[in-house]
Amino acid sequence: MPATTQPTPSTASFDVEAFRAEFPALSQDVYEDTPLAYLDNAATSQKPTPVIERLNRFYGEENSNVHRGVHRLSQDATEAYEGARTSLARLLNAPHKDQIIFTRGTTEGLNLIASTFGEMVVGEGDEILLTEMEHHSNIVPWQMLAEQVGASIEVLPVTDRGALRMDLLPEMLTADTALLAFTHVSNTLGTVNPAQDLIDVAHAEGVPVVVDGAQSAPHMPVDVQALDADFFVFSGHKMFGPTGIGVCYGKREHLEAMPPYQGGGDMIDQVSFEETTYDGLPHKFEAGTPNIADAIGLGEAAEYVMALEWEAVQAHEDAVLEYATERVEAVEGTRIIGTASDKTSVLSFVFDDIHPYDAGTVLDREGVAVRTGHHCTQPLLKRYNLPGTIRASLAAYNTREDVDCLIDGLHKVRQMFG
Amino acid sequence: MSDTNTVSDRAQQIVDEFSLFDDWMNRYQYLIELGDDIPLLEEDQKSDDNYVHGCQSDVWIHSELNENDEVLHFRGDSNAKITKGLAALIIRVLDEQPPEAVADADFGFLDDIGLHDHLSSQRNNGLKAMIEAVQERAKAEPQET
Repeated sequence: MPATTQPTPSTASFDVEAFRAEFPALSQDVYEDTPLAYLDNAATSQKPTPVIERLNRFYGEENSNVHRGVHRLSQDATEAYEGARTSLARLLNAPHKDQIIFTRGTTEGLNLIASTFGEMVVGEGDEILLTEMEHHSNIVPWQMLAEQVGASIEVLPVTDRGALRMDLLPEMLTADTALLAFTHVSNTLGTVNPAQDLIDVAHAEGVPVVVDGAQSAPHMPVDVQALDADFFVFSGHKMFGPTGIGVCYGKREHLEAMPPYQGGGDMIDQVSFEETTYDGLPHKFEAGTPNIADAIGLGEAAEYVMALEWEAVQAHEDAVLEYATERVEAVEGTRIIGTASDKTSVLSFVFDDIHPYDAGTVLDREGVAVRTGHHCTQPLLKRYNLPGTIRASLAAYNTREDVDCLIDGLHKVRQMFG
Repeated sequence: MSDTNTVSDRAQQIVDEFSLFDDWMNRYQYLIELGDDIPLLEEDQKSDDNYVHGCQSDVWIHSELNENDEVLHFRGDSNAKITKGLAALIIRVLDEQPPEAVADADFGFLDDIGLHDHLSSQRNNGLKAMIEAVQERAKAEPQET
């Protein structure tokens, strides 16, 4: 560890070392004598012991199918699964737990909305408004919908620093705008978008709003009622939960009016060959045996997150991000991509003369896990005329020591390629 | 062609060279040096046909059949140095080999140079894509029967 390192300060309500100790994957060597510095949290977070143990307990003691069996285990599994839905409703402050639809993740949530609600409200000649910083998951489903119904995609641009051009929003919301979908936090730039303003301005024009919360749910408390979002989707695995499970929250009037997304078991009321009637919320949108174990694991992650002192956690994350920003800027030949005034958890940067892939390969060998490339935001990278960036992304368990490992690695990168 | 110039002989030569280095950093540095010596393609050869898809960096590999001695000549380039080094390894074992030797070449030697554990875990490095691209093109050339 370099002599410049100050110990990461712990506040009274957030002890980072104790928190970090709950994530077993963080304390390992990835190569011989090379401890892991995990800075790829925007891709996925590590999992704390309570979540791992909850999955273990489900499979070891409770495993059974839900909603059907009269037997004891099935009742236990159903109770745990529906209990997880209640935890998720509390996490988002949803008015009712039946407005929480379990999905495979953010991507499936957005596809669900596009192919049900989207088909209801977007018609020929309409416009779907997106932003220039969207993840492909919040572009492609809308393009598919637009192609199908004869609508077009409009794009709210970003500034050089990576903030949305909010000044252009009123003129881009036209009489033809049928829907606005935007990311709450940019996975590539770390920009925190002014969600409340975006929603309020769109609603004033009668435009419903879909919020991609994949990068915000892990880093801030979310209140879907205060935001008045029509839909809010996120993934469990970026928020200390299991992979393959996520949430689609929707306003009740939308969810009730929407047709089912997929047909099958568990989503029906009565089936005959002549006619099928559907079950109510939320089961209408959960065809087939759901991802029971991971939903329960996500419920545990939600409880875990709700027990955090957010103010202290955010102060810690912001301090580490600021430290990382200063230290990366001081490495010769680097340039930070994304310098908006409101940022969280993500530090993207490039070397003038070193390809991100080369840098990432050497960082990996030094135990530093970052992501390199376009981060599934090719239009945004094109806007900045870059082939990709090196992205270090933080979670609450990251410390200044992790940043120091990154900086040591970057000096090695310079030594090898500079 | 002499026996000491087969794909497997050249592969063994590369394995021997890499075995001289005892840490990963020196091995990577050697890989980068090999990339610096790659027979570069002309700018106009950086075409869609020569572009190798599936890499995080831009990679081009050009192959051309020499009608006289019926062997393939390769050139390559990449904007990432490690990828360029990998392209250089592939070219070094395949250059001036007949198409059927290229199509049948075994790249198992990459496991033995002390980098593959790391390289094989990343789909974005394009190693697999490069090998597939050159072998597919070799198969499309007229084969000796």
